[in-house]
Amino acid sequence: MAIEQDEEVCVGLSKVAVSETHGEDSPYFAGWRAYDQNPYHELSNPSGVIQMGLAENQVSFDLIERYLEKHSQTMNTTGFRENALFQDYHGLKSFRQIVVSNILHEIKSTNINILQAMASFMEQIRGGRAKFDPDRIVITAGATAANELLTFILADPGDALLVPTPYYPGFDRDLRWRTGVKIVPVHCDSSNNFEITPQALESAYEEAKSNNVKISGLLITNPSNPLGATIQRSVLENILDFVTRKNIHLISDEIYSGSSFSPDEFVSVAEILDSRNHKESQRVHIVYSLSKDLGLPGFRVGTIYSYNDAVVTTARRMSSFTLISSQTQQLLSLMLSDGDFTENYVRVNRDRLKKRYGMIVEGLRNAGIECLSGGNAGLFCWMDLKGLLGDSPTKEGELSLWKLMLEEVKVNISPGYSCHCSEPGWFRVCFANMSEETLQVAIRRIHDFMVRRRN
Amino acid sequence: MTPTPSPEPKESPRSPRGTGMRLIVPLQGVVQGRGGLILGSLIPCALFYFLQFYLKRHRSPPSNPPPRSTSAANLSELPRSSSRANLLARGSTGRAHLSARASSIAKPNDSPYYIGLDRVREDPYDEIGNPDGVMQLGLSENRLSLDLIEEWLSNNLTDSVLGVRGEAMGLSGIATYQPMDGLMAFKVVMADFMTEVMGGRVSFDPSRLILTSGATPAAEILTFCLADQGNAFLVPAPYYPGFDRDIRWRTGVELIPVHCRSCDNFTLSITALEQTFNQARKRGQKVRGILISNPSNPVGNLLNRDMLYDLLDFARERNIHIISDEIFAGSTYGNEEFVSMAEIVDAEDADKDRVHIIYGLSKDFSIPGFRVGAIYSSNENVLAASRKLTRFSSVSTPTQLILSSMLSDKKFTQEYIKTNKKRIRTMFHLFVAGLKELGLECTKSSGGLYCWVDMSRLISPYNEKGELDLWDKLLNTAKINVTPGSACHCIEPGWFRFCFTTLSEREIPVVIERIHKVVESCKPPV
Repeated sequence: MAIEQDEEVCVGLSKVAVSETHGEDSPYFAGWRAYDQNPYHELSNPSGVIQMGLAENQVSFDLIERYLEKHSQTMNTTGFRENALFQDYHGLKSFRQIVVSNILHEIKSTNINILQAMASFMEQIRGGRAKFDPDRIVITAGATAANELLTFILADPGDALLVPTPYYPGFDRDLRWRTGVKIVPVHCDSSNNFEITPQALESAYEEAKSNNVKISGLLITNPSNPLGATIQRSVLENILDFVTRKNIHLISDEIYSGSSFSPDEFVSVAEILDSRNHKESQRVHIVYSLSKDLGLPGFRVGTIYSYNDAVVTTARRMSSFTLISSQTQQLLSLMLSDGDFTENYVRVNRDRLKKRYGMIVEGLRNAGIECLSGGNAGLFCWMDLKGLLGDSPTKEGELSLWKLMLEEVKVNISPGYSCHCSEPGWFRVCFANMSEETLQVAIRRIHDFMVRRRN
Repeated sequence: MTPTPSPEPKESPRSPRGTGMRLIVPLQGVVQGRGGLILGSLIPCALFYFLQFYLKRHRSPPSNPPPRSTSAANLSELPRSSSRANLLARGSTGRAHLSARASSIAKPNDSPYYIGLDRVREDPYDEIGNPDGVMQLGLSENRLSLDLIEEWLSNNLTDSVLGVRGEAMGLSGIATYQPMDGLMAFKVVMADFMTEVMGGRVSFDPSRLILTSGATPAAEILTFCLADQGNAFLVPAPYYPGFDRDIRWRTGVELIPVHCRSCDNFTLSITALEQTFNQARKRGQKVRGILISNPSNPVGNLLNRDMLYDLLDFARERNIHIISDEIFAGSTYGNEEFVSMAEIVDAEDADKDRVHIIYGLSKDFSIPGFRVGAIYSSNENVLAASRKLTRFSSVSTPTQLILSSMLSDKKFTQEYIKTNKKRIRTMFHLFVAGLKELGLECTKSSGGLYCWVDMSRLISPYNEKGELDLWDKLLNTAKINVTPGSACHCIEPGWFRFCFTTLSEREIPVVIERIHKVVESCKPPV
């Protein structure tokens, strides 16, 4: 898509600038725009579009709010005022030095530091079944940046990452846009509940090879987006064996790890590596963020955890393009190192998400719609509308149905097509970014739509 | 030995001579730690040059001392493939392969650069605690007016983190997804601040502002938008060493230095710009823009109106962009007034599309830790593309709220800017006077947090190696960390950048005394 600028009067832009790899013209984002133009509001706009296409967690805000209010005195004074906590920290370190450190970003060796806080929080989410070394953590401005950074580090332009479908639409942009790296889909389908099989992996790998595309790594999301389900231990073991055999990297995006409804059902790749004594761990990298589990996307806090020293070093250096403010780090360090708070938060959050999930699945069932069986995590469910597409469901059929849902039912849901699902008819429906009342309204609308359809 | 084709995909077409296109910054600073951003890029460049120059000396005797710019060209002839083979064979990265981009960055820490960096970190000067430590003059950081910021923060940050001074947004306001390129409320305040800092003669429009987590990503994002891999920007040299990484590293865009000379006080000459452009064209290299810093870094010059108009004409005639990095706009101390490129295009409607400004709060406002940078452009397409790219480098919402509050306190910002400038000026004069006593002269500068010092008569031989020897002496014997000109691609050896805003007035005599010792030791034996 080069613009030949020499002949033109106006000054040209780069291919990256004009490319459509940002994907913001896809239905995934088009729905958001429709919502922006006509957003639902309980009182002022009850017939507006209900946003069910944004995976944001608002169910546990009250817990965070309460914590911040209770501790704001400490938080604001920490680093900005003399505080008993810090009096013997670093011996003679004065108040001025603490403030200066904060302002100048010299946050590397603070006692309560973000790396340790993040490591212990990640351990807590995994029920202590895996250990995380703070020195292997690199903080970035969001998981978006973390995924892009890892891609820059692990793959050259023209190389590819294997990504099981269906996958988060944002990957098309985050992994490919500036990096020049390709995505090779690993097709999964409903015949086995969209499980990632060794055959599917091999088949995708071989196809890439036959096209002379070099595979640098495999990126999985666990728990999965958009499926809303954790990956089984046996599947993870197979995946680890696969990447070892092919000598490629494994990126495990575990951004929803704290949003699995039951703590025992989520197995992190970290646990498996720990149980294997870290054999072949140098090819494994984990991405995490506070945007989903803690519902703090506005803070822009992402994490790369790598078992590979060179990757950690490089990521740390490359994170200069995506640092978070020391002030935010300070705030989060305090919050995440508060074991009582995090333990309570994670537990309550899980329960609430589980309840919401139950609510929507039942509501949809009453409307005659089934969701993916085994859904047990995340902020969304994977809804099966194949039945509405007739005998031979097509991508066009799915998109028409999506438009219908948006324009007639006034709910913005994400069509499987935007997630590269090879089977038309599936939709991702988010349930955590609204109040329970709004969720009920949405369910009712869908129910009424289905009733109308049947008549 | 034929150079093996480099695995780096972003190599420009080979340039045998001429401007140093092949400059590569293989060693990256540790981002964390004391001001790692600047520190981490200067020293590795310097030491890397020292290293490869050292290697060059042992390969074959040069027929005549090569012009500075080709030292980088020689870099391409180093057996890089074997060095990479070593890296992999050592198994330090496990068996899974890293990208070429990463491999060059991940080199083991056994080079003099890391030794130097570690030295500063392990042994930082402290007036009371460690008076024999290494003093930091290699980082353009401003500590002179931190007390003003501290004071404002401790007086005003009494409310909950959820809101400052009663403007509580509630958690959903700060925690949820917000526009990646910054809250409009914060943009309004930033635009006002920029208007104020840059002299008030041009009004910055918040809708043309994109906010990023620091000026570093702002520069990279603009580069991604304006140039393709393999294209180039012209950049007046000496220039900020961080550009080698920020502009080139992940984008694959090259930097072509346009050398400025001491006889011109290191001001840019349009003739030199033309020549460099033409040479690039002959080589088949597509120049997409000019990257200027105003006030310039490391020299500290202000570009005057005539020069800015000339640059605009030049860019228009060749249909290329201008990126103006104005991050030191508020840190001027001379008698000249600062003129922003925005002022120049304000009148010229036709050229609005080709000018883009980089700004940030790290220098003028002394808050690098808060990570606030900005892109300002009137080109709708650039704005649209940059906006989407800020998702990789956004400013944290709570930070935006606090700063919105701070920057909208006009009384405070006006007082701050005025006082800060005064303090910079005082330090500048004290420092320069101290250097003068040692017989060391600087260029006439009017902005920035540093001065550009001529130590050429102290180096021997009169080339890059001599310069790096002196740098090494300054670091390890005198224990002051300064930036050698070679790290800034200066074509004349012997120039050094000394940042004086990291010091207190009391520390100046200490620094001068340390430099004095080195100056003495450099004098040729009678």
